[in-house]
Amino acid sequence: MTDTKKSTRQVTVTPKTSVSVLFAGDSGDGMQLTGTQFANTVAVYGTDLNTFPNFPSEIRAPAGTIAGVSGFQLQFSSKPVYTPGAQFDVMVAMNSAALKANLKNLHQGGIIIASLDGFDEKNLKLAGYPEGVNPLEDGSLENYTVFSVPVLQLTREALKESGLTSREIDRCRNMFVLGLLYWLYTLPLDSTIATLHAKFKKNLLMAEANIKAMTTGYNFGDETELFENLGRFDIAPQKEPGVYRRVTGNEACAIALTAASKKAGLELFLGSYPITPATEILSTLAKKKKYGVKTYQAEDEIAGIVSSIGAAYGGALAATNTSGPGLALKTEALGLAVILELPLVVINVQRGGPSTGLPTKTEQSDLFMAMYGRHGEAPLPVLAANSPVDCFYTTYEAARIAIEHMTPVICLTDGYLALSSEPWKVENPDNLSPITPRFQPERKEGDAPYLPYKRDDRQVRTWAIPGTKGLEHRIGGLEKQHETGNVSHDPENHELMTRLRAEKIARIADSIPLQGIDNGPLKGDLLVLGWGSSYGAIKTAVEHALEQGFSVAHAHLRYISPFPKNLREIFGNYKQILIPEINSGQLIHIIRDTFLIAPVGFSKVQGLPFNETEILNKITDLIKEL
Amino acid sequence: MTDNDTTMTVQPVVRTAKDFASTQEPKWCPGCGDHAVLQQLKSVLAELNIAPEKIACISGIGCSSRLPYYLATYGVHGIHGRALPMATGLKAARPDLHIWVGTGDGDALSIGGNHFIHTLRRNPDLNIILFNNEIYGLTKGQYSPTSKLGLKTVTSPAGVIDHPFNTAALTIGSGGTFFARAFDRDGKFLRSMLNRAAQHKGTSLVEIYQNCPIFNGKAFEIFASPENKANNTIYVEQGKPLLFGPDKNKGIKLDGFTPVVVELEKDALSVNDLWIHDEADINKAGILARFADSDALPRPFGVFYAENRITYEDALTGQINDAQQNGSPSLADLLRGDNSYEIK
Repeated sequence: MTDTKKSTRQVTVTPKTSVSVLFAGDSGDGMQLTGTQFANTVAVYGTDLNTFPNFPSEIRAPAGTIAGVSGFQLQFSSKPVYTPGAQFDVMVAMNSAALKANLKNLHQGGIIIASLDGFDEKNLKLAGYPEGVNPLEDGSLENYTVFSVPVLQLTREALKESGLTSREIDRCRNMFVLGLLYWLYTLPLDSTIATLHAKFKKNLLMAEANIKAMTTGYNFGDETELFENLGRFDIAPQKEPGVYRRVTGNEACAIALTAASKKAGLELFLGSYPITPATEILSTLAKKKKYGVKTYQAEDEIAGIVSSIGAAYGGALAATNTSGPGLALKTEALGLAVILELPLVVINVQRGGPSTGLPTKTEQSDLFMAMYGRHGEAPLPVLAANSPVDCFYTTYEAARIAIEHMTPVICLTDGYLALSSEPWKVENPDNLSPITPRFQPERKEGDAPYLPYKRDDRQVRTWAIPGTKGLEHRIGGLEKQHETGNVSHDPENHELMTRLRAEKIARIADSIPLQGIDNGPLKGDLLVLGWGSSYGAIKTAVEHALEQGFSVAHAHLRYISPFPKNLREIFGNYKQILIPEINSGQLIHIIRDTFLIAPVGFSKVQGLPFNETEILNKITDLIKEL
Repeated sequence: MTDNDTTMTVQPVVRTAKDFASTQEPKWCPGCGDHAVLQQLKSVLAELNIAPEKIACISGIGCSSRLPYYLATYGVHGIHGRALPMATGLKAARPDLHIWVGTGDGDALSIGGNHFIHTLRRNPDLNIILFNNEIYGLTKGQYSPTSKLGLKTVTSPAGVIDHPFNTAALTIGSGGTFFARAFDRDGKFLRSMLNRAAQHKGTSLVEIYQNCPIFNGKAFEIFASPENKANNTIYVEQGKPLLFGPDKNKGIKLDGFTPVVVELEKDALSVNDLWIHDEADINKAGILARFADSDALPRPFGVFYAENRITYEDALTGQINDAQQNGSPSLADLLRGDNSYEIK
């Protein structure tokens, strides 16, 4: 640990298991950067962590207003953590609006570190406080521990000879706060110092100024009497030894596609159109050219998917990524991919809808669209990732199914998974399942004619790519004759082909793992069945419920189409099933429809993830009723 | 080359148009111009002598988009308007393939209009055959984005009020690198234009005035009958003066930026006074493109514009090759990433 300066006073350091911190400020205050740096530092320090960036869709919403508040929440812990914390223990409020918008989620007795300059008359007014009211002074925060710090003044003082303009100096104040938090949690500065040096490689003045602001914040903690009663905290590193990296869900998706292409021996092609919150998959892959990855920023969502279908016809592992409005535009082409029976991975990063909805907020409301959102009968596999790291494994699995079963696959993530991050113990390539494309071999003279739609016992056709001698064939969106693939309007043939396409998808259930119970008894009172990003909140809630002696278990679905084969059997082992979803109830419809049972739904449609307390309360209520 | 290769006698493969005919019988109406285009395309493929497995034909939806089914090559009949992104994706993934796109005025310019302009500016090496019959044929006779003003159709009973696209101007304005116009009823010339398109490295657009005898049979009549053809059409050729008329006694002269029709004898001019066609001149190509907007000027056919510019797939492959100068990292490198850290 690198303390920059010897402590001048004796401050107690109290060990703690876990802490949830919120950095909140104006969109222009650099809160995402500050939070990311804090996350990097605690990750390298060796604690577990889970992050949740939460920001408005405008790049610069009106400064100082509630609409412009940007937040970065993270929980770090000596034990595994799966959520950013139901409520936070510490809130850094860079201005009045940040405090006002987030106070309801601060634990009673929690710590507020308020940047004084954000609580002047102008900022209080912008945040909508009545004239003359200042929450830092009117006693309304008496249930919290409040530290008002003249962040701007101290930053200006420290950097007055830095050679930066006053505007540039003011922008360093987030680093002051970061340094102060490092002091509070006895964390080292070196990871951020290295990052700042790299980030401002060509602007030494700027690098040094930011570092100076950070060390000033750190030393301020040390020197002031402000924190004497509070003391400092230490969250002991507990991660098992190994090589780790911190990934967001979007990064994990991009790495998975590249890994799958390498494992399958195929070139990766991504046809894509920028859309929040899915764009980082495109931008991450655009930087993977050294792995031979081809990215194509198309003119629109439709060209994104259709170019990928063209690449798939040519023998590439083809993918497209998008969010709700984009998936809507891609639906016609998805039908084409279904009838062409070509491999294609579609990653849909769900966000609040309908229409433009809440572009930067999370929701699980595209499940129906993924399952049914195509014209005609066009079944395809649907998978859902449950954590940022799981975005890797689920996307990889989507690619395996697409290639080995010759079908488009939809992989659902959401805005929460896409942007939040957690440490990932770097995977050994040998642990990744093999992916085997079945290319149709060259046809020699005298061989039987090639039949593009001849199927194996899984109803899967072979992949015949251009350039292969003797396999010249024409496929298209018109219904095809069984086996020959020639255009056919024959009534019986259409019914047969419709059935075969559905059967091909259903038989994927033979190649996927059985559903497991994540936690809790194999038989009991209540099963909490989740899918997607609610994993962390459900897992944490069920852990608490088990500690309280409830008979409750947690199962989390990765495969939604087709379902694992043992799902019905699992359902029979519990008196009641609870299905929490960040929508008005979509999986519950599908479960009811498939299994003719009556589970209990639990909805939240606020553009925010569940937190563990909400789910625990629901579990408690339900068990009491049983 | 190894010794083995030099001692082998390589029999040159000779291909004929018939080798490129699939087993499917074309289902276009009798008299449809599409039959002629298919016939000429098969001849051109034979002339090019490219192995059929190296050729792919991609199309959208519409009468002309049935083209891939009738060629004994690889092919995809896609969805309405989307032939170009599919072809671009295929070319980006497989630069080794020789790719043709069959599309119509509705498919390319209406529902696929966005893809049309963006494909042209990116310049992937594709040969686009734009079957322009100025009507929607497959849906039975609605007006298209190239239908003439006033045309009465089932959806424009009082006449079309939508100003039509000028395909040549749209192509050049979109940053296209090759535009040629041909006519279904002039087979030999059509073949030469398809051949030029195939030779051009980059996106080649060949607009073919194609007759739909069922729904729009009069669209190109003034260019068809022998008596009208000479006066209403002009065939442009690289380095040659713009001459037309029954006795080649009329020509085009540029008056500033304005093209004017002149009569050589009457106006006491020689061919040296006329506009000399230059395919590399984008400004002149722009003026040539606008001939279609004037009834006073003959309709040009031939290669309006050809520019040598790097193709999309070459630029993409170039960036990948640059990134891989020091080899391609392993799967383990990928999984480890650039920001990993070790906990001991």
